[in-house]
Amino acid sequence: MAAPAIVSVRALAKTYQMGDVTVQALRKVDLDIAPGEFVAISGASGSGKSTFMNILGCLDAPTSGSYLLDGTEVESLSRDELSLVRNRKLGFVFQSFNLLSRTTALENVELPLLYRKDADPGKNRAKAMDALTAVGLGERVHHHPNQLSGGQQQRVAIARSMVNDPVLILADEPTGNLDTRSSIEIIGLFQGLNEKGITVVLVTHEPDIASYAGRLIVFRDGNVIRDERNAAPLRASEELAKLKPAGKLG
Amino acid sequence: MRLTSLLILALRSLSRNKLRSFLTMLGIIIGVGAVIAMLSVGQGAKDMVKTSIAGLGTNVINVFAGGGGPGSVRTEAGTSSKLTEEDVEAIGREAEAIRYITPTARSSAQIKYAGQNWRTSVYGAYPDYLLIRNWGLTAGAPYSTSDERGAAKVALIGQTVAKNLFGEGVDPIGQTIRIKNLPFKVVGVLESKGQGSFGNDQDDIVIAPFSTVQKKLIGATFAQTLIASAVSEESIPDASAQIDDILRRRFRLGPGDIPEYMIRTQTEIAQAAGSVSQTMTVLLSSIAGISLLVGGIGIMNIMLVSVTERTREIGIRLAVGAKGRDILLQFLVEAVVISFCGGLIGIAIGAGASTFLGSVQGWAVRVSPASIIVAFAFSAATGIFFGWYPARKAARLNPIDALRYE
Ligand SMILES: Nc1ncnc2c1ncn2[C@@H]1O[C@H](COP(=O)(O)OP(=O)(O)OP(=O)(O)O)[C@@H](O)[C@H]1O
Ligand SMILES: [Mg+2]
Repeated sequence: MAAPAIVSVRALAKTYQMGDVTVQALRKVDLDIAPGEFVAISGASGSGKSTFMNILGCLDAPTSGSYLLDGTEVESLSRDELSLVRNRKLGFVFQSFNLLSRTTALENVELPLLYRKDADPGKNRAKAMDALTAVGLGERVHHHPNQLSGGQQQRVAIARSMVNDPVLILADEPTGNLDTRSSIEIIGLFQGLNEKGITVVLVTHEPDIASYAGRLIVFRDGNVIRDERNAAPLRASEELAKLKPAGKLG
Repeated sequence: MRLTSLLILALRSLSRNKLRSFLTMLGIIIGVGAVIAMLSVGQGAKDMVKTSIAGLGTNVINVFAGGGGPGSVRTEAGTSSKLTEEDVEAIGREAEAIRYITPTARSSAQIKYAGQNWRTSVYGAYPDYLLIRNWGLTAGAPYSTSDERGAAKVALIGQTVAKNLFGEGVDPIGQTIRIKNLPFKVVGVLESKGQGSFGNDQDDIVIAPFSTVQKKLIGATFAQTLIASAVSEESIPDASAQIDDILRRRFRLGPGDIPEYMIRTQTEIAQAAGSVSQTMTVLLSSIAGISLLVGGIGIMNIMLVSVTERTREIGIRLAVGAKGRDILLQFLVEAVVISFCGGLIGIAIGAGASTFLGSVQGWAVRVSPASIIVAFAFSAATGIFFGWYPARKAARLNPIDALRYE
């Protein structure tokens, strides 16, 4: 491989012990993802996609196997070092948004910046504003999540994931709760981030959505069963233009 | 995270559940209030005892007649252990460590002057009484030894009596007042002594020659109390032992017999006064301790609930890069803010309550800055101590478990 991989996993396995039952959520997954790739992961429910994403996002630890993230051996990191990795290198977008409900959009986006040692209230605010403007929510910064639509909440979550200039953004079914139009808009945001050089890995059930990615990986029963490149991924901006105009954006 | 951000976070999260936060504070409020009241009352009592010791006089020894308590020996028929002027004379003659001694007799009496009526205590004592008690006059002169010998109807009056009988503008000196309908000439007005050891008004008094009070007002031949002063502070124990020796001899008591009289030195009297406030202090400090404990447990309980309720929030914070320490501090600061606010309110209430208590009891209560610092330290310590476990529990959560928590 030309460039050193940003994600490199070897024999990655995760088992859950539930009483007498052992669930093999991941069995010996080997995978490399190069910097700047846009990867879609799909597969049947229960095939281990979320388990895989959580391990990539340093939210969960594998049972065995190795994980090299941007040259760092993740297994050897302490809890605090993992926090630092999540803070500086990673952005995570969840299906259920996971925003703090009683704080404004702006404060939600500022959150990762608050946990930096070099936090500076003035700069944080400006950076968060920039991120919200980039996702098209410059007007809604003081709204609380419950005053925003699902699509808008997911944009806030994306703004939050990008505010710390991560190298890798992980999105687990980010469009799972959204309609087609909002889904394509969200994918467009990821494509935009990807064009800036950020590696994006997203999980989706919808083949349509997967066709926006340059690479498709399919999981089944905890194994990668397919891994193929898509030479001509769809472009969200073009697809949106084809859709009937449905009122104002956002 | 910066401390200011943590504080803002804590205040916001507490203001979301105002009633709950207040109820959680209640234990601390009561605890700190009690700490403040305790320290203030204790301080006030200490001040008071100090001044009242001085008020008793210098190196004073009291001998109380009767009341040896159960087990005291009745001496053989015909002899009595009542204190007489002969006893006083004997002590004055023989006890080297004694400087002054006087018998006293007290009677409660109605006093009249020109239509004014006042009920007060009339003390009968030798003129030396004023020397023993370091008691000066603001007007007039003390009565003399010949007044004493002749049972003259002369009187010294305290400030309270002077105020109530004569009011403003009348010079009491030379006026004739009626005590139990007998005419007495006022020869002097006593200096103010203020409050006594047990909250009594020491200025509500009339002092007259012992012989006069005994014969004309009481009609008894015994002294109720002897009051003596030792030659120096160091000789107080000697003086008290000499009095005991002389009286034992005069009452023909054996070494093992318990006398009916009771000798108390100034220090012992001060201690008795101090022990009242001591009891109060012990009571208040146990209330303080228990409510701080209960308050602390309340904080711990609510913080545990809060950690559970906010598990998902914790997961989100961990996912975006919060360290265990950040989460720990977030919850710890919240606990400390609760206890600190409780402490603040408690100080206000405690200061108010002790001032009230002071005015009701007539104690000079003082809320000292030290007591406020102690109270703050206690409340902050309670917050940290009881907030630690829930906060640590939050900090140890796994990001993925916290995020999945429903
Ligand atoms: N915390 C857990 N405890 C026990 N088993 C678990 C746990 N999390 C996941 N599993 C099991 O691991 C397997 C993989 O789950 P995972 O969530 O990764 O699937 P998925 O591919 O994301 O499915 P979906 O598309 O429905 O989200 C499933 O069989 C699931 O039951
Ligand atoms: Mg999943």
